Amino acid sequence: MHQIITAEFIAPQIKKFIVEAPLIARKRQPGQFVILRVWEKGERIPLTIVDGDPAQGTITLIVQGIGKTTRHLNLLSAGDYIHDLVGPLGRPTHIDKFGLTVCVSGGVGTAEALPIAKALKQAGNQVIAIVGARQRELIICESEMRAVCDEVLISTDDGSYGIKGFVTQVLQDLLQRHRPDFILAVGPLPMMAAVAEQTRPFGIKTMVSLNSIMVDGTGMCGGCRATVADKTVFVCVDGPEFDGHQVDFAEIGRRQRQFVEFEAQALREFEQTPPPVHHCRLSEQLNPQAEE
Amino acid sequence: MANQILSKKERLAIPRQKMPEQPPQIRNRNFEEVNLGFDVETAVREAQRCLNCPKSTCIDGCPVRIKIPAFIQLIAVRDFLGAARKIKEDNLLPAVCGRVCPQEEQCEKTCILKGKFEPVAIGRLERFVADYERQQNSATAFPKNAKLTGKKVAVVGSGPAGLACASDLVQRGHAVTVFEALHEFGGVLVYGIPEFRLPKKILRFEINNLRQMGVEFVANFIVGKTMTIDELLTTGGYQAVFLGVGAGLPWFMNIPGENLMGVYSANEYLTRVNLMRAYEFPSTDTPVRHGKNVVVVGGGNTAMDAVRTAKRLGAETATIVYRRSEVEMPARIEEVHHAREEGIIFRTLTNPIEFVADGTGWVHKARCLRMELGEPDASGRRRPVPIAGSEFEIETDLVIMAIGNGSNPLISQTTPDLRCNKWGNILAEPESGRTSKPGVFAGGDIVTGGATVILAMGAGRSAAQAIDEYLQTGQWSFDI
Repeated sequence: MHQIITAEFIAPQIKKFIVEAPLIARKRQPGQFVILRVWEKGERIPLTIVDGDPAQGTITLIVQGIGKTTRHLNLLSAGDYIHDLVGPLGRPTHIDKFGLTVCVSGGVGTAEALPIAKALKQAGNQVIAIVGARQRELIICESEMRAVCDEVLISTDDGSYGIKGFVTQVLQDLLQRHRPDFILAVGPLPMMAAVAEQTRPFGIKTMVSLNSIMVDGTGMCGGCRATVADKTVFVCVDGPEFDGHQVDFAEIGRRQRQFVEFEAQALREFEQTPPPVHHCRLSEQLNPQAEE
Repeated sequence: MANQILSKKERLAIPRQKMPEQPPQIRNRNFEEVNLGFDVETAVREAQRCLNCPKSTCIDGCPVRIKIPAFIQLIAVRDFLGAARKIKEDNLLPAVCGRVCPQEEQCEKTCILKGKFEPVAIGRLERFVADYERQQNSATAFPKNAKLTGKKVAVVGSGPAGLACASDLVQRGHAVTVFEALHEFGGVLVYGIPEFRLPKKILRFEINNLRQMGVEFVANFIVGKTMTIDELLTTGGYQAVFLGVGAGLPWFMNIPGENLMGVYSANEYLTRVNLMRAYEFPSTDTPVRHGKNVVVVGGGNTAMDAVRTAKRLGAETATIVYRRSEVEMPARIEEVHHAREEGIIFRTLTNPIEFVADGTGWVHKARCLRMELGEPDASGRRRPVPIAGSEFEIETDLVIMAIGNGSNPLISQTTPDLRCNKWGNILAEPESGRTSKPGVFAGGDIVTGGATVILAMGAGRSAAQAIDEYLQTGQWSFDI
């Protein structure tokens, strides 16, 4: 059981949680993730660790409510508990002094790019962030990004904020003026695939952060497997970041859709009868072990 | 029936008692336990078959050396709780072992009756005793722990090796913490072995017994990630660490189409169903694909568990594809027999070479070759050789790869001074479990590669003995 210290919506359907997790806060590095379960019958989902405060013993998670589990999680408030939380998982981002670096992120991917941008800056890189979303309200972590980057370029699909268009267009313009030494792309799969295609002709090292379906997150189930450089990798233990020029994006796209019908069914039932979110603290203390 | 003194001849005349089972055509539609267990009279009758031979060869067949004739004699005189106490002198998880041990390869193989007669049903009797005790709600059979030593041991992994090691250490008076990566305890017993072979509530009961004996259990804790072994040994305050983390990295065949939609590892499939209870979806949140024509590749117990699970989830055909013949199958005979009764199709001497997708990216066909057996290979089993021109296809919409597990890298990655072999298995002395890193012991599948529950338990127990010695003497040697 991990207590939620603060919980606030930072955009429509996007909630920021600060969660008590002292051991994870102490160990986590940029690029790593946790696996959590919201309740005793919940599924296990991976979520990137956005930030950690070893002194306070907390980590930050930013969650976009899309499917049942993320919507359920976003019903929780300060004082509530996350049933299970384990980590930090995955290999940390390889941070080095590259020179000019660009972090391209879309939607909630910006939350995942933030700790990496911060680490790149601390390692002495020049960091440009390209942050995109469908519309202004969905641009998240802008001020945090501005605090750690040399420059933040914003685009929205509808032009309600920043440049009208996709992050790839902003990157295209940038590539005409600059020759970055390192690019990180985090966001929807088609966006990461498009960025990798853009940088391929220039031979710019481009890392992408894959968000596969996982169960255990420790290499045991192999559900997260992907093909990178013609070899099968497990995203949970070999990743989550890989060379974007070597990733078989089409395969990952298919594998991510393996459960769409189930996901739709679960969401429908969730919307009809949302689960109770009130936690009886006393019963939790009396029965720390989940019983069937 | 009174407490009879039977002659040897009378004992030999009693037939081996059959295990009552759910009928195959009913059980292959539910997740209730297949074997229903002996009732009291059947158990006593079976116990009367034991000749109580002075040279108890059965004990030699048991990796944890349960005093088999002694507990069976107690059953024969109807002291069932006494029998439970007797078993627990050597094994604190009898309800588990009575169900999942391959007794036909162990104690029952070395039973003196085997050959001319049928061996005593030792496993069924062990299970009977454990179930009887649980149903009597009698937790009286705990052996007493030794006086507290003030030493702390971290046991990594709550599977069979870890549980066995923890139970021995706590009895010797050490403070034991079991760290588990998942949210539930039991390791492969909870994520791998299905409900119909080992009900979760029985496993929980046995784990709870260990808790009552003083073992501390910590879930959601990944040694190597949440804390390294070095941290456990320093800031954690542990004087010794036992690694019983299991194999835990599923193998694939590296053939085309293995990453198609609808192809799972057995670990993923069974974890979704067992640990995450996907068969109750949508009242639980984790889904699993229900195949119509399911193909399971492999011939071990895991393959049998997966294929029988698929049948229970409504598969019209559930097929084992195995490259050798049935004789070479590593699965227990009882599991193969149960699977056949439940309508599982066996395609032995068959090996897949490719999985083919339909137009939408879902697996649609398994392309296979027929095999024949050639000369024996390194494992001593006859090597399967493809028959030229024998290619054929099996229609399928769900493929489960159950061909074994490699070693999980999480611990070795973060413990550079822990020596491993070229396959990533931790190098440990066979008896003591001592590794190249002082204070760190290992046992079970992470050392041997995929094996059985009871072998892992045996390794956990012999390591516990060595850990106890190390805690007393502080002496370390490692010779591999």
